Formats: sequence, structure tokens, C-alpha cells
Amino acid sequence: MKNSLGREIPEGNKPFISAANFSERIYHEAKEKKSAENVVFLNSLEAAFDVLSIMPGMRLSFHHHLRSGDHVINEVAKLIEKHDLRDISLAPSSIFPEYMLAPLIRSGRIRDIHTSYLNGPVAIAIQEGFLKGHLVMQTHGGRARAIEEGELPIDVAFLSCPTVDSSGNGSGAVGKSACGALGYGISDLYHAKKVVLVTDNIVEKLDEYQFDHRYVDYVVKVPSIGDPEGIVSGTTKITRDPIGLKIANITALLLDKLGLLETGTSLQTGAGGTSLAVMEQIEKKMRSKKATGSFLSGGITGYHVEMLESGIFKNIYDVQCFDLEAVRSYRENSGHIGISASQYANPFYKDAIVDKLDAVILGATEIDLDFNVNVTSDSFGNIIGGSGGHSDTAHGAKTTIITSALTKARIPIIKEHVTTVTTPGEDVDILVTERGIAINPLRKDILEKLNDSGLPLIDIRELMELSHKICGVPADIAKPAKTIGYVEYRDGTVIDSLYKTR
Amino acid sequence: MIRSLLFVPGNNPGMIQSADVFGADGVIFDLEDSVHIYEKDNARNLVGSFLANHPIRPAKIVVRINSFDSPYVIADLEAIVSDRIDYILLPKATAKDLKQLDEHLTEIEKKTGMQKTIGVIPLIESAASLVEAKNIAFCPRVEAMMLGAEDFTADMGITRTKKGDELAYPRAKLAVICKAYDILAIDTPFTDVNDDLGLRDDALTAMNLGFTGKAAIHPRQVGIINNVFSPTEEKITWAKRVMEAKKDADKKGFGVFSLDGKMIDKPVIARALAIREQARACKAWDDNDEE
Repeated sequence: MKNSLGREIPEGNKPFISAANFSERIYHEAKEKKSAENVVFLNSLEAAFDVLSIMPGMRLSFHHHLRSGDHVINEVAKLIEKHDLRDISLAPSSIFPEYMLAPLIRSGRIRDIHTSYLNGPVAIAIQEGFLKGHLVMQTHGGRARAIEEGELPIDVAFLSCPTVDSSGNGSGAVGKSACGALGYGISDLYHAKKVVLVTDNIVEKLDEYQFDHRYVDYVVKVPSIGDPEGIVSGTTKITRDPIGLKIANITALLLDKLGLLETGTSLQTGAGGTSLAVMEQIEKKMRSKKATGSFLSGGITGYHVEMLESGIFKNIYDVQCFDLEAVRSYRENSGHIGISASQYANPFYKDAIVDKLDAVILGATEIDLDFNVNVTSDSFGNIIGGSGGHSDTAHGAKTTIITSALTKARIPIIKEHVTTVTTPGEDVDILVTERGIAINPLRKDILEKLNDSGLPLIDIRELMELSHKICGVPADIAKPAKTIGYVEYRDGTVIDSLYKTR
Repeated sequence: MIRSLLFVPGNNPGMIQSADVFGADGVIFDLEDSVHIYEKDNARNLVGSFLANHPIRPAKIVVRINSFDSPYVIADLEAIVSDRIDYILLPKATAKDLKQLDEHLTEIEKKTGMQKTIGVIPLIESAASLVEAKNIAFCPRVEAMMLGAEDFTADMGITRTKKGDELAYPRAKLAVICKAYDILAIDTPFTDVNDDLGLRDDALTAMNLGFTGKAAIHPRQVGIINNVFSPTEEKITWAKRVMEAKKDADKKGFGVFSLDGKMIDKPVIARALAIREQARACKAWDDNDEE
């Protein structure tokens, strides 16, 4: 079966039709679960496994706010092994290379995985074909929607929480393992059949918290939920790479020419080195024209915080903090607001933050002549990432800009057709490279606006041919036959398949 | 016109491949100081292959070869001299070295049937070179001279500072000699790549002494250097007005005329013409405006 982008998808799934197609259907939010009894405090995850009677076939979920430093998912993995559990489904909001899940996959204990970002040993084990069921790569907003619609039912959510109070309320703002906002765990909190907060810091009372005790069943105290260095290990330094800096300069000029650096503007960039270089340029330009932006959103770094504290932006809407400065600001600044993944990016959330964005700046592993973007796999189909909020913000923002070097390690990033579609081209407006800017022909308004801008505009096909001149034309790579999962668009339809590549 | 010359290490394939995208008027592929002794052959092969095969190259190409006190000059020249390069940048240049270099280049040009004559930019990096800079400027093929402040201050046994007071004399002397011999004067690089304001001040100092351009050691320096060595909008407007006033004066047969109450004579017109040439080179002069 093929979807509207001509991609083969596994039989029995809903094919992707268009980015806005979801608006034609009715949203059925499952009832939020409320815990009638008092929160029970336990001293170990082992005790939680016993009391919850974790059984084969159950689905367990996690958030990824502790990033590379997360101990909780690894401790749960050990217990799955110890209890000899099989056919377990996992739904972590992201999977980092440090998560020790690959042995469980190889030994057949894991049936399905739903996640929004994945790389490292777990991806390798899955693409070797060891997963009994399927891998489903969702978007951040799509994961929240699927949980809230009851499409992705969760039996037990193990939610790491840097501080919990004696009533069972939880916060990420304080504690030795503070990680800031806990936005990716909130759909799980509201909708999982049972919720376990796992903490290494219990206090008498929290005045502010994101996890409300009314949804919490158990609190488990452990010696450590994570390694603080790994928790804030994001790429949070401005790039020194000359190509990255050149792209950042062009992008800032472009934003300015499009009138997107004026008072009231709302922006999101990634937290990679080039994105932060764009932020640096944005700050300079907005400061010089004395513009005050409305808000910044997404994953937050110290650079975003500087813009908030210097008054260049009024608010930060934060789903996830990437460094300690962001954690501090989230704790101290009332303009730095934590939001849930649903409020951030659920297609059905009224006034979701992504829908209010004037512009988003995103990356790409590949982009094709129809502007479809791949951030899920490499050119061999090996999984090296995932949408995260890519497709969500690309659809919501009024202008979606992709920044990338034209070639990466001698591989041109522009393809006739991307290996894996993560974000549909209809939602991607502009590609900025060091050798020119390509505008999606669907955005005639942008083309008209930039015609006399002096910016180096170039057709995307010409840009691809230029990269071929430099690197040669890459040979076609045959698509493997066996699927191991699929990429789910934010509305629950299937936008592309994932294959056994190893 | 060469406002900026960007140094690119000859053993860095990523940078070599992208050298044309940073807006520098010329690129210097370096085989000398930025390349470790173990990497000399690698750099030579890489730059040679790039020049021979890569379809997209910078507008002006300079190659800094190793100096005549090293054993690498002949191998460097054999690997990189072709119609695809514009200049050789010769480190630690002396008049004697330049004579030798001319002989080598002439031989290669003849042997390979090259269409063009390669220019030379001597790097003035010692007190002795500065003293004989007049003779160096007079050597065949020399189309520009560059000051090399790091080696120069080391040779002098003095400390190089950010403010650059110690460079006042060598800069002034070199700029004057270049002007006298009608060749380009390229200033030494500013070495703190994170100090944009310091770079701007340093470039302004050089420009005010008569330098026509400056070397860059990081792509982020290129824009600032180009900006400093391009005529300002204010200067361009003034030059246009002088040109218009001159046209009127020519019609009336006046040799001297006034603009905004100031006398405009031959040297002032020459200055306006020089600004016009600079602006044309930076594509900041529309000849239609003059009609």
C-alpha cells in the first residue's frame, strides 16, 4: 500500500494523506485517570514491580528529560530481565545510546517500541530484526496525541522526577538531579493506568510542580535517578565551524528580510551549534532595532535564557531544558514557562505553541526536490534520529526554514527522493545552505518577498546539481525488503516505512 | 582589487572544498606554517589535486609555498603551479629569493606551456626584508606585498600587541613603498579570531596608513575586512557628486570649481576617481547613476 507521497507503508495502517488532513476528523481525548487513593511511597523499583504486578505484554513508558544521564530506564531494564518478562512494549519519549535496552531486544523480551527519537545500540538491534513487533517513530506532538486519544495505552509510566514532595507532587526544577521542565511526561502522567514517580529527593512541600499528585499512584525513592553531567549533555555551544557560521549569517539575514525579527515575533530554533549561531545573530539584529519578540519555544539553552533576561523576548515556552542555565531560569523566572508536549505540539491541542510560531529553524539529514525532509535515517536507512518536534513545528509555524551544509562528509544532502520521509515537503518552505537559498515553489509569497532582497536564491534542483559537481552523483541504494516499523505522522497516519538494514 | 585574502590550511579538505563560499576576494592555500612538517606532502598533494580537479574554485587563488630556507620549494612549485593559480605568496622573502623564484616559475611556465604568468606576493617578515622592501617591490612578477607581523616582531625581538603600536613603522614604510611602485599593500592577519571589534580597529589602522587589503585567518574575519576596505556609502555619494560637478565644470570650461563651498581641483578629483574604481570593484557603483 502506498500513501499520498508514494511511500510504501505496511498493510493495515492508515496512510498519510496531507499535513492538514487531521483537521477533518474529530478528536476523542480519552478520560484522564485520577487516583482515588493516597500516593504510596516505596523504597525500590523492585518493590514497585512487585506491587504493580508487572506482567508480560504490558506497555511501560518513560520520558527522556534525564537524557544521556538517565538511570531510571536502565534500572527498569534490569528488572525486566530479572523478572524474566517477555513481550513488553516500551514507549520512552526518546531513546539515547546510553539506554541499556539492546540486550532486552536481542533476547526477545521487547515486543514493540514507540518513541520520537532513537539512535545508538537500540537502533542497531532493532534494525538487525530482533524486535518481535514494530518500531513506531512518532513526533513529540503525535506521541502526546496518541496517548491522550487512547491509541497508545500505557500500563505503567515510570517517570523520573528530580524532586517529589510528601503529597506526591513532582518537580524538575530543584534537586541534585534537576533537569528543568518535565513536559514530555505529562501525557503519560494523565493517562497511564498506573504512574510511578521515581526520585532521589523527597521534600516536605513543593510550592510549584508540574506533576500533580492526583495522577500519581506510587513514589519510589532511589539513591540516584541520573548522572547530572549526562542530563545536561546537549549540544549547547555555538558552532565554530565556518560553514555553520556562514549558514547562520545567511539565515539571520533571511529572517530579517522576511520581517521575522520585529516586535511580537515568535521563534523556535534547535539547540545544535548552527542553530545557536543563528540565535546569536538574531539577538544582535533584534537588539539593534530595539525589537521585543513574543516568545521562544522548544528545547531551551542558556542562549535562549540570555534573550529572555535581556528583554529581547518576553517569554520562553519550555518543554525541555538542555543546560543548567535553562534549568536555573526555569526555576527563577516567571516568564520561563514549562509546558506539556501536548500544549507544545499536539495537533488537536487548541492554541498549541507550535501553531503560534512565526518561524522555526530546523535541520535535515536529507531533503528532496519536493522539500520532504528526512531526520530519521541515514542514506542507507539506518535510524540515526527521529522527528522529535520537527514535523510538529514545521506544520505549525508560518515559515519553516531548514538549515544545512550542502554536503556532509562528501554526501550531498539534496536527493531526488529522501531515503525516509519524516516531515512532508508541503510544510517546508526554505532551505538555507552555504551556497544558496532554495524556496519551496508552493510559497510564492516568500519568493515574491525575496526577489529583490539581494539574497542568493537558487532553485533546489540547481543546488542539488551544484552539490553533484562537487561530490559526484551518489549511487542509488536499493531499499531493503523487510520492514521493521514505520514513521508515524503527528496525526497517526503512516508517512514512511522503516526497514531491516543490517 | 583584493580587500581580503583568506588563509586556508592546505591539509584541510573540508575548508579547501568550501574556500569559495566565504566572500573573500582571494584565498591563500597554505603549504607553510599552518601545515605540520609531517603533513607537507599531504597538503601539497591535496591542494594540487583540488586545483587540477575541483570544478568550483575561489575567484583569486594564492598559494603560500614554503620558504627558500626549507627543502620544499621545488616540490611545492611542481605540485601547484598551473594556469589555475594567480599568485605565489613567498614567505620570508628577500630580493635574492625572488630572483630564484622567478627563474623556477619561468621554467615551469615554459615547460608546461602555461597561458599566463604567475604573480608573486612577497611576505615581509624580517627587519632585513623591510630594509630591502624597495628592491623586493621592484622584482619581476611582484604585484603586491604583505606584512607578516608574527615573524617580523619575533625577528625584532619585540612583543606583538593587540593595539599594534610596534607595527606603526613597518606598516607605514611598506604601504608607502607599495604605493610608490603601484602594487597592492596587504596587511598582516589579526590573530584573535573572536575579537571582531579589535579586528575592525586593526583593519582601519592599516587602511588609514595606505594598505589596500588585509589577510584573514578565519572565515568570520572576511566580512569585517571587506567592509573596512570598501568605500563607505558616504564616500561613494561624495564621489558621485564630485563627478557630476566636474561634468558641469567641463561644459563651462572650468579647471577648478567648488562643491559645498570647498574648492575641487585635480587631487580631489583623483581621490573621487579612486573611490569610483574601488566602488566599481565592490559592485557598489552604478554607472547609470552617473549619466
